Amino acid sequence: MVRENLVALQSILTKEVGRYFRIWVQTLLPPAITMSLYFVIFGNLIGSRIGEMGGVSYMAYITPGIIMMAVITNSYSNVVSSFFSAKFQRHIEELLVAPVPNIYILIGYVGGGMSRGLLTGAIVTAISLFFVDLEVHSYGVIFAVVLLTSTLFSTAGLINAVFAKKFDDISIVPTFVLTPLTYLGGVFYTITLLPEFWQKVSLANPVLYMVNAFRYGFLGQSDIDLTTAFIIISAFIVVLFSFALYLLNTGKGLKS
Amino acid sequence: MNKTALKLTGLRKIYANGFEALKGIDLEVESGDFLALLGPNGAGKSTTIGIVSSLVNKSEGQVTIFGYDLDKETFNAKSSLGLVPQEFNFSQFETPWQIVINQAGYYGIPRNQAAARVEQLLKQLGLWEKRDGPSRNLSGGMKRRLMIARALVHDPKLLILDEPTAGVDIELRRSMWEFLTELNEQGTTIVLTTHYLEEAESLCRNIAIIDQGRIVENTSKKALLAKLDMETFIFDIEPYQGALPDYCGQPVRQLDEVTLEVDILRHDTLNDLFVRFKESGITVLSMRNKANRLEELFVRLVESND
Repeated sequence: MVRENLVALQSILTKEVGRYFRIWVQTLLPPAITMSLYFVIFGNLIGSRIGEMGGVSYMAYITPGIIMMAVITNSYSNVVSSFFSAKFQRHIEELLVAPVPNIYILIGYVGGGMSRGLLTGAIVTAISLFFVDLEVHSYGVIFAVVLLTSTLFSTAGLINAVFAKKFDDISIVPTFVLTPLTYLGGVFYTITLLPEFWQKVSLANPVLYMVNAFRYGFLGQSDIDLTTAFIIISAFIVVLFSFALYLLNTGKGLKS
Repeated sequence: MNKTALKLTGLRKIYANGFEALKGIDLEVESGDFLALLGPNGAGKSTTIGIVSSLVNKSEGQVTIFGYDLDKETFNAKSSLGLVPQEFNFSQFETPWQIVINQAGYYGIPRNQAAARVEQLLKQLGLWEKRDGPSRNLSGGMKRRLMIARALVHDPKLLILDEPTAGVDIELRRSMWEFLTELNEQGTTIVLTTHYLEEAESLCRNIAIIDQGRIVENTSKKALLAKLDMETFIFDIEPYQGALPDYCGQPVRQLDEVTLEVDILRHDTLNDLFVRFKESGITVLSMRNKANRLEELFVRLVESND
């Protein structure tokens, strides 16, 4: 039965990847343009006046954060929009009727979100090479952090989609939660610039751990202890993944 | 092969708002059967089908498909079932080919093995020429046939169709009837819900009627129709204005100058009636049943359950 389940998983992944490639103008092109603008405006124009941050050029400092921002938003938005569309158009029923265990449905959708997040991250990384000579301190840390982060936000996107009842509901979290957390998660600055109180508040932001751990992979420097970052990211994944599976098993938002 | 294709035992469904849609459904469908599940709107047909096809959570009861418990032997139970739902539930942006071959994958059939089956089904259902276009461009009838192809791609032994011919033109409906009959003759057990009682009468061997969450009748079509003790006939006649004859105590009613209506008991023959007509100088041009026989029975059963 494992073989059948793996074939089902492959079908879900094929469908998911095919979906965002079919609408690449809406899925892959916008982050490339937006992030290019970040590089031009924050990196080149404003960054040249800021000078160094954390001992490197401002452009080199923000590049890992901008890549991570693309990974986070694309992983999340891929799953939230795809899963909600499947609910809205009711073709999620194709999976519910079939003998696909819920964990494979979850892995399939999360895998689809991860693939878009990672592809977008790769596109943004390629664009960044036009603006900065990227250093790499540890490939292992870079790949581990980017994989875990895209897993986490893809899973979070699915949870959002399960609870969403209308299209507005899938934009509330990205707009009012995800964007502020990302912008305040140390993408554009080191938290050592903040007063002590706000530094402590920033530590409650999970995105801070991802951005800093990712930046460590490039620059070898981080505001956060690397082990702590991995523990926190992993803990979030375990909790969200278990919750998402529970929701699918109970049929929340899918079955009456 | 298990002789019982589908067995529902004590199936109950209470929705979150407290509405009890199913009040203990017990139903057995024999392997190879062609069963019509009839009932008025809101009777519980779609809830029953929803539970069998894992789209609705049941409150109580057991579902077995070809002997496999849906809760415990899920893979085998679900693999034995194909569902054609009432409403279109496929991605409007995908092509028929993608929709059907992905569905094969969900049943664990690799793409290279499924391709031939997908091609055969799309050709059989007249969708081959449209296989690579977005499914939203298909006509209503084609979309319905696409859902049939999708439901059959894993070659299920039990096919459930929830109003498959709703909104389909007569020609297409007839061709779908032929297709389903052929499928049933090849061994597929079919359960069908429909509002077209003519459809149930033409296609099905057995009929179950569900009303207010309970099965109120479950028997063969033949036995059910035998319960119909009276039929109403309409006669088209040449213009007539004379006195009307009685027939076996049943009055002949004149609807207009050229139309008569008579209730005929099962044991009475029409020959005597024609003699009466001739004696009265009435010339009959043609005759027909007033209503579908099953429809008359259905209305009676549902009304008696109120």
